[in-house]
Amino acid sequence: MALPTSTAPAPSPLPDPPPAPARAERGRTLGVGFFVKLILVGLADALGLYGMLTAWAIGQWAILISLVVILALVNWAYFSRRAVAAKYLVPGLVFLFVYQIFVIGFTGYVAFTNYGDGHNSTKQDAIAQISEQNEVRVDGSPTYPLTVLSRGDQLAFAIVDDGAALLGTSGQPLDEVRNATVDDGRVTASPGWETLTFADIAQRQDEIVALRVPMSDDPADGSLRTQDASTGFIAVPVLQYDEATDTFVDTTDGTVYRVSDTGNFVSDDGVVLTPGWRVGVGFANFGTMITDPRMAGPFAEIFVWTFVFAFLSVVTTFALGIFLAVVFNDSRVRGRKIYRSLFILPYAFPGFLSALVWAGMLNDRFGYINVVLLGGADVPWLTDPLLAKFSVLMVNLWLGFPYMFLICTGALQAVPTDLIDAARIDGAGRWQTFRNVTLPFVMMSVAPLLISSFAFNFNNFALIYMLTGGGPNFVGTPYVVGHTDILISMVYSVAFESGSKQYGVASALSLLIFVMVGIISWVGFRRARRLEEF
Amino acid sequence: MSSEISNDTRLKGLRWWSELGWRHVIGLVMIVICVFPLLYALSASFNPAGTLTGSYELFRQLSPENYAELRASPFGLWMRNSLLVSSVTAAGTVLMGAAAAYAFSRFRFSGRRAGLTTLLLLQMFPQMLAFVAIFLVLLAITDVFPALGLNSHLGLVCVYLGGALGVNTFLMYGYFNTIPRELDEAATIDGATHTQIFFRIIMRLVAPILTVVGLLSFIGTYSDFVIARVVLQRSEQFTLAIGLYNWGSDERNAPWGVFAAGAVLAAIPVVVLFLILQRYVVSGLTAGATKG
Repeated sequence: MALPTSTAPAPSPLPDPPPAPARAERGRTLGVGFFVKLILVGLADALGLYGMLTAWAIGQWAILISLVVILALVNWAYFSRRAVAAKYLVPGLVFLFVYQIFVIGFTGYVAFTNYGDGHNSTKQDAIAQISEQNEVRVDGSPTYPLTVLSRGDQLAFAIVDDGAALLGTSGQPLDEVRNATVDDGRVTASPGWETLTFADIAQRQDEIVALRVPMSDDPADGSLRTQDASTGFIAVPVLQYDEATDTFVDTTDGTVYRVSDTGNFVSDDGVVLTPGWRVGVGFANFGTMITDPRMAGPFAEIFVWTFVFAFLSVVTTFALGIFLAVVFNDSRVRGRKIYRSLFILPYAFPGFLSALVWAGMLNDRFGYINVVLLGGADVPWLTDPLLAKFSVLMVNLWLGFPYMFLICTGALQAVPTDLIDAARIDGAGRWQTFRNVTLPFVMMSVAPLLISSFAFNFNNFALIYMLTGGGPNFVGTPYVVGHTDILISMVYSVAFESGSKQYGVASALSLLIFVMVGIISWVGFRRARRLEEF
Repeated sequence: MSSEISNDTRLKGLRWWSELGWRHVIGLVMIVICVFPLLYALSASFNPAGTLTGSYELFRQLSPENYAELRASPFGLWMRNSLLVSSVTAAGTVLMGAAAAYAFSRFRFSGRRAGLTTLLLLQMFPQMLAFVAIFLVLLAITDVFPALGLNSHLGLVCVYLGGALGVNTFLMYGYFNTIPRELDEAATIDGATHTQIFFRIIMRLVAPILTVVGLLSFIGTYSDFVIARVVLQRSEQFTLAIGLYNWGSDERNAPWGVFAAGAVLAAIPVVVLFLILQRYVVSGLTAGATKG
């Protein structure tokens, strides 16, 4: 598409001689530019270093490695004398790698894991959470008069045990505080801490009930908890993790929970402990849609509808667009500029807004179309499966025809008029001329754009989401999906809106879309090229 | 029969109808279809009834009530967020895209062809398809750089900039190639560094394409819904697309009039930009972009 810069043939893939060496050497003068560069790169380094330390501290190895690579690249590019092209490419490439290439790769990785609700983190985190969540109050253990204190966001419990005042937080086991005020066996104040008032307690109730203060450094000793913010009791973990055998043992009845290959601890009779952790699950996510009998039918419908929707969207918008372009291509028609400006209004208006406006107008009970235009009819434009599909296509026609009108108008300029005149003289009617002369010419330049348009509509998330939300919904499916959902809006629903968030399954679906869009584009562009040769 | 009037440029009567008149009929019908939903939104925005039910008679009432109500709502905040995010993204896109296009156009380095081909390939896989992974990656980044993670405008801009090279580099690359290299060479002989050539000579000569790319990027970002929705979760950080969606999608309790007023105000910057720069937008479109 682009013209080569010089008269020389297309540049060879081998490295060409570097640009005039004088340029690189001259760049080393210590001008203002150099200091600007020094400061900017220095800032980037400082920020990167800070990020590395943080990532190290919390064990985000992927981020740590990425930062090391990025910083090395940046420093090399800007302080090397030879990497002139790199200086211009690095900023864009860094963003491209992190937010496009890596993200696409990460989609691939997640697609093969059970990442999602109940499997959000590592095994270590899961073990800690299971121990924490499965605590019971020790039978017959003493209760303590308890005081809740705060320091900023942090809450603490204070009790009196054997005459000593003890204070602890979630991160700091109970320990003696010497200068606390004790009144009637209860701590009333402690320096540096604020005693919570009744109103504070009512407000932060959830936090207080959830707070567990370890009795000592040994987790087996249990922790201090409270239900009412005035008496505390000791709760000990019921489930003990045994590192040697990698199992959880229930201290009350001796049940053993072993590691399963789905990333959970499971007992012999099938009781699953939550949360689990992230593990690879092979191709399981790809099969879910077909193997789950509740999903197989709806998925097949959504799959087919995605193609039908994208195909019909392109065909209808193109048909109307080229029709109008041909109709108004006659220079004798007055006011063509006005027509053109008004025709592109639906295109100029932001798409997400028009979809919402249409959703309001098509509302079956209150919408303008039913109530006013159809005189109080009760047409279920958006709530009947078939009509909703029709409405989606119609609104998309409204949104999309101006684009086709514009590009067809452009393409028509390239059709030689003498060819049309010749056809006329040969006795061809309007339709014949259009079919056999105009259309092939227009198709030649427009075909690649039709393919892009197909790919775009294949993933036209905003329209579906704003207009129908995918509805009317299927009944009895494990995910909230509906008759007008296309694959991409289904991905969104599976990942974020269906009660349980299934990132793994959603990513597998995304991958499926990537593959299909890739195939469509490839096949499409090949055929378009053939059309051009013809 | 046609021979008598074939030389007359003014067509009359039946002949006018069969040649031109019907075109105007089609034109008028299309205008009604194009304009009606927009007029409806405009009318609803002036209707103080405020619900979907009350917006039946077009322009029956003209009250600024809904617009006044917008002032008390977070609408202004959303507008500011949208303008901020879109302008910063557009500026970043132009700078990064121009730099990359300059490198591809002016320097010969190993991997140049492969780089161009890769960019072309990546265009086929819009970033938006990977929104689940974008969410998860930002979730991880939040722990290290909260300012670049979820719920952050800067994080959102970074995601948008990740998709900046793919689409725009080609558009710019083609244009850069039309600027004669002799200009660079003359400047080099005069002692200019490549930085000076880029900022002082090239960037000025390619200003038209920079405008087009910036504009397309601005409109695209301004209208983006899904990525913004995934990244931003707090009401005060919403962009217009998310904020107005929340108003417009709730059919029973929707503050329909306020939504309509918001929609009218939100559409103005884009529609105006679009109409002013129509010519450029159209040429940009035919170069491969589609409505986003």
